[in-house]
Amino acid sequence: MNIVIQTENLSKYFGDFLAVDNISFEVAKGEIFGFLGANGAGKTTAMRMLCGLLSPSSGKGIVAGFDISKQANDVKKNIGYMSQKFSLYEDLTVKENLRLFGGIYAMRVKDIQSKTLKVCKDLDLNYAKDLLVGSLPLGVKQKLSFATAIFHHPQIVFLDEPTGGVDPVARRKFWEMIYQASQQGITAFVTTHYMDEAEYCQRVSIMVDGRIEALDTPNNLRKALDAQNMDEVFHALARKAQRS
Amino acid sequence: MTLKYLLQKEFLQISRDKTILKMIVALPVIQLLILPWAATFEQHNIALSVVDRDHSTYSQVLIQKIVSSGFFLLTDYSNSYDKAIQSIERNESDLLLEIPPEFENNFVREQKTDLMISVNAVNGQKAGLGSSYLAQIIGEYNKDIVINHSPEAITTFKNIESDFYFKYNQEMNYLNYMVPGVLVMLLTLVGGMLSALNIVKEKEIGTIEQINVTPVSKGTFILAKLIPFWVIGLFILSIGMLIAWIIYGLVPAGSFFTIYLFAFVYLVAFSGLGLLISTYSNTQQQAMFVAYFLLIIFFLLSGLFTPISSMPNWVQIVTRFNPVRYFIEVIRLVYMKGASLTYILPQLGCILAFAVVFNTWAIVNYKKTS
Repeated sequence: MNIVIQTENLSKYFGDFLAVDNISFEVAKGEIFGFLGANGAGKTTAMRMLCGLLSPSSGKGIVAGFDISKQANDVKKNIGYMSQKFSLYEDLTVKENLRLFGGIYAMRVKDIQSKTLKVCKDLDLNYAKDLLVGSLPLGVKQKLSFATAIFHHPQIVFLDEPTGGVDPVARRKFWEMIYQASQQGITAFVTTHYMDEAEYCQRVSIMVDGRIEALDTPNNLRKALDAQNMDEVFHALARKAQRS
Repeated sequence: MTLKYLLQKEFLQISRDKTILKMIVALPVIQLLILPWAATFEQHNIALSVVDRDHSTYSQVLIQKIVSSGFFLLTDYSNSYDKAIQSIERNESDLLLEIPPEFENNFVREQKTDLMISVNAVNGQKAGLGSSYLAQIIGEYNKDIVINHSPEAITTFKNIESDFYFKYNQEMNYLNYMVPGVLVMLLTLVGGMLSALNIVKEKEIGTIEQINVTPVSKGTFILAKLIPFWVIGLFILSIGMLIAWIIYGLVPAGSFFTIYLFAFVYLVAFSGLGLLISTYSNTQQQAMFVAYFLLIIFFLLSGLFTPISSMPNWVQIVTRFNPVRYFIEVIRLVYMKGASLTYILPQLGCILAFAVVFNTWAIVNYKKTS
């Protein structure tokens, strides 16, 4: 198995507050990995460390073959990121946003052009190519954010609550895009609050109070906790939380 | 070349911001058309009440001379002091000139007479200038009469401060002085204010998050943010100099190269300050407030409106820490005196120091906070 994310006893303190407490796990290439936890459980902090945005207080993390504390820039070159808040440039068109991020990741001009055509076709965005992104509906914006995050074909894409605020049909379609990316070998590291989405993940970890409380396939987790669905699993574990 | 893509993005965004585009053109035009006139040091239309209790030829000539100077408006002419002082109290007059009875007789017989001037000092500048204009005119009048009566007395006549004020206040003179200063104001607004707002905007709407996870270095990102404002700044300066030439007929006596070189270093310094403000602010509102606060202090202490040499000593020392001051000094020197590059090297050195300090501080702080 080809490991693309590996952490060993990774911790992060903010002053005296221990936001992430000794987490260790591995994620394989092409895997869809669900990263669950209640608000304030430490998910975002852990994810920011893995993206090279925050340096860990202790422990080790290897992402895409690079050390997150020493080679943050190499990590960044090999990952994509989609934040929970829409953060493409609303005053640029679809094409201009893709060109900007393609350019930033040092893609060749020819590749940027051909891939832009492909993305617009795949997402049914041909009509919107030259429209300002700000004028598009939320569902379309989120598809575009994802397409931009994997535009340069990164090894891993980090998705921070990517489907917040969209309707169930659009969410379903969004997950189809994640599956397609996974088939092309792009690992998806997803945080979400929707437990039905957790069922779509190949493996799921659940964070409670900065620690990883459980990590397995959704099926095994249900069996171990004798639960009907992931919702019950989540409640059973999150109930243990001391801080909130 | 990521810089190329980032610059392309910045220019596209600015070109789509209709408000900024309009401001870039309107700002220099409006400021240069209106501000130099508003910021005049000269006083016209000073309202004057005259109490003439002599009604002689001499008093008529004196009043004639005062009115024809162009600085005064005769609001009332009476022979009662009480009536005139009421007009001052009602704020209708700024100055009161009282010509005593026997003015002409005393002058001719005893070579000596008195006049009384009362000043409404609510508006201090108007009062000060008005009374000195008036004293000046009376002095000239005095001299005329003495010369008419006994031309030989000219040699013993000691009143030599006479011509000084009029030269200083020659029509349009202050425009030569104000217009180049307003050009500096324009550059300061673009360099400091716009750049601060632009960077904070990305923080506020969250797009900076997406950039932070890419391999773009902070230095490249910042450079791409600042270069457009250097370009816009130099463009506005050019429009401004064009307007100064078309409207006011002002052309620098010195070289354009000196002005552009200094303006460039100045823009680097002020965009550094803008960057610094943006690293300490999370919203455009905060950045705006801080920038506005600093700019007002900078302008008031710059010598643009009031001469630095007339400020108290300790304030003069404070102005040395004001970058605006140096450019105002330099652009006036270049425009009016034709100062060469070597002549303004000390000021250039100071601005360079500001540029280094602001930018280093900003970059260190920018790295720390993210």
